Amino acid sequence: MYDPTVARLTYRALLGRRRALILGALPLLLIGISVVVRALAGADDQTASDLLGGLALATMVPIIGVIAGTGAIGPEIDDGSVVYLLSKPVKRPTIIFTKLIVAIAVTMVFSALPTFIAGFILNGNGQQIAVAYTVAALVASIAYAAIFLLLGTVSRHAVVFGLVYALVWEALFGSLVSGARTLSVQQWALAVAQKVAGGDLVTSDVTLPTATVLLAVVTVLATWYAGQKLRSLTLAGEE
Amino acid sequence: MAVEHPVAAQPGDQTRIHNIGYRSYDGPRLGRSYATRSLYSQSLRGAYGLGRSVKSKVLPMLLFVVMCVPAAIMVAVAVATKANDLPLDYTRYAIVMQAVISLYIASQAPQSVSRDLRFKTVPLYFSRPIETADYVRAKFAALASALFVLTAAPLLVLYVGALLAKLDFADQTKGFAQGLVSVALLSLLFAGIGLVIASVTPRRGFGIAAVIAVLTISYGAVSTLQAIAEVQDSTGAIAWIGLFSPVTLIDGVQSAFLGATSAFPGGVGPTNAEGAVYVLLTLGLIAASYGLLIRRYKKVGL
Repeated sequence: MYDPTVARLTYRALLGRRRALILGALPLLLIGISVVVRALAGADDQTASDLLGGLALATMVPIIGVIAGTGAIGPEIDDGSVVYLLSKPVKRPTIIFTKLIVAIAVTMVFSALPTFIAGFILNGNGQQIAVAYTVAALVASIAYAAIFLLLGTVSRHAVVFGLVYALVWEALFGSLVSGARTLSVQQWALAVAQKVAGGDLVTSDVTLPTATVLLAVVTVLATWYAGQKLRSLTLAGEE
Repeated sequence: MAVEHPVAAQPGDQTRIHNIGYRSYDGPRLGRSYATRSLYSQSLRGAYGLGRSVKSKVLPMLLFVVMCVPAAIMVAVAVATKANDLPLDYTRYAIVMQAVISLYIASQAPQSVSRDLRFKTVPLYFSRPIETADYVRAKFAALASALFVLTAAPLLVLYVGALLAKLDFADQTKGFAQGLVSVALLSLLFAGIGLVIASVTPRRGFGIAAVIAVLTISYGAVSTLQAIAEVQDSTGAIAWIGLFSPVTLIDGVQSAFLGATSAFPGGVGPTNAEGAVYVLLTLGLIAASYGLLIRRYKKVGL
C-alpha cells in the first residue's frame, strides 16, 4: 500500500524549493506570537487555551492541511504530469494512500509540532493544555489531509473549496449555527482534546464517541473515494 | 530554382525580385495607452469570469451574491421595522464580510497574474507597445476596481435601501461617502498585497493558499494579541498591534478619520496621532506593493 518512490516525489513537490519556507513561516509565526504573549501576559491557562484554540487549531491547522492535502496531488493533475505516474504499474489506491501518508506527515510536522512547542512556551503544559491541543492538531491533521486530498482529485479549484470549508463553514457558520459544528473537523478534534485535558478549558460541542466515529468514517471514506476518482481520472484541458 | 539550374547559366539575368504587393500598414496605430486600457478592461472582466468559461464565472459571481445578500436582508429588515438607522454602519460592512473579500482576492489575484507567468505569456504582452509599468498598472487597477465593485455594491444596496426607508438623507449620504472612501482604500491595499504574493508563484493553487494565509493568519494573530492586551489592561498597545494586519489597518484608518466605530476589542480605535500612522502605513503598503510588482516584472519572462 505504501510506495517509497511516490512518497519521495510527493515530499519533493510539497517541500521543494521555497514552499517549505512558506509552510515553515506559519509555525514560526505561532511560536513567535506565543513568545510575545508569554512575555507580555505571563503564564495563563485561559490565554494559552484561547491562543492555541483560536489561532493554532482554528486557523493554522486547516490552512496547512489545505496546502499539504491539495498540494500533494492538485498541481500534478493540474499540469498533466500525473499521467506519467498513472502509467506506471502502481495501483491507484496505493498512490492515493501514499500521498495521504505524506500529506498527513507534513501537516502534523508543520502544525502539531509547533502547537506543542507554543503550548509549552505559553504555560508549560499547565492543565495538560499543550498536550491536549497537540493531540487535537494531530487528529485534525489526519482528517483534513484526507478531505483536502479528495478535493484535490475532484476539482481544479480544490484550494478554494478547501478554504471555503475551513474558513466559511467552520469559522463563520460554526459560530452562527450550532448545528454546523457537529459537522466540523475542528470540533471533532476538540472532543478528543477535551478528553485529554479533562478540565473545562477545552470544550467541544460533539461527544467523544460521535467525534471518533465521524473522524474515522470521514477519513476512510475520503481516501477510498479519492482512490476511485483517481482510477477514473480524465485529463481535461485548461478550463 | 537556383539549385536546379547549372551555375553557368548566367544567374544575373534570371534572378529577380518581384514586387508582389506587400504594403506596410499606414493606418492609425492605437498605441500604448490603448493596449494598457485593453489589458485593464480584459483583466477586470476576467476577475468576474466574463469572457471566460462558465465554470470560472461561478466562484466570483457567487462571492458577489454572498456579499450583497446580507445588505439586501438588512435593508428589508430596516424597511419592515421602520427603524431609525441601519443595523450595520456602512464602514463596518466590509470588516464583517472580510472572509468573503479575502476569498475573492485570494481566488482572483492568482487568476489574474499566475497564469500569465505559468504559460509564459508575459513576454508576449511586452512585445506589444506596453511597458512593464503599464502591465503592472493595468493589472493593479483592474483588480482594485474589481474589489471596489465587490465591496461598494453592497454599500450601494444599503444606501438605496436607506433612502427608500426614508432615513435621514444627510446622515446616510455622509455615512455612504465615508464607507466608499474606506472601501476604496481597502480595495487598493488588498489588491496590492494579493498581486505581490500571486506574482511570485506560477502555481495558482499555491498562490491562493498563500494570499489567504497572509490575510487570515495575520488577522487571527493580531486580533488574538489585541484580545490578550485587552484582558491585560494594556489598552495603549491595542492600537499599535492593529498595525500588523491589513483588515485591522483599514479598521484603524476608518475609526480614526471616517467616523467608524472600531471593531478592536473594547471598541477603542486609534487616536488621531495613531490614526495618522495607520494612514501612512496603508499608503506606504500600497506604494510598496506597486514598487515590488514593478521590480518583479522587470525581470520576469525575459
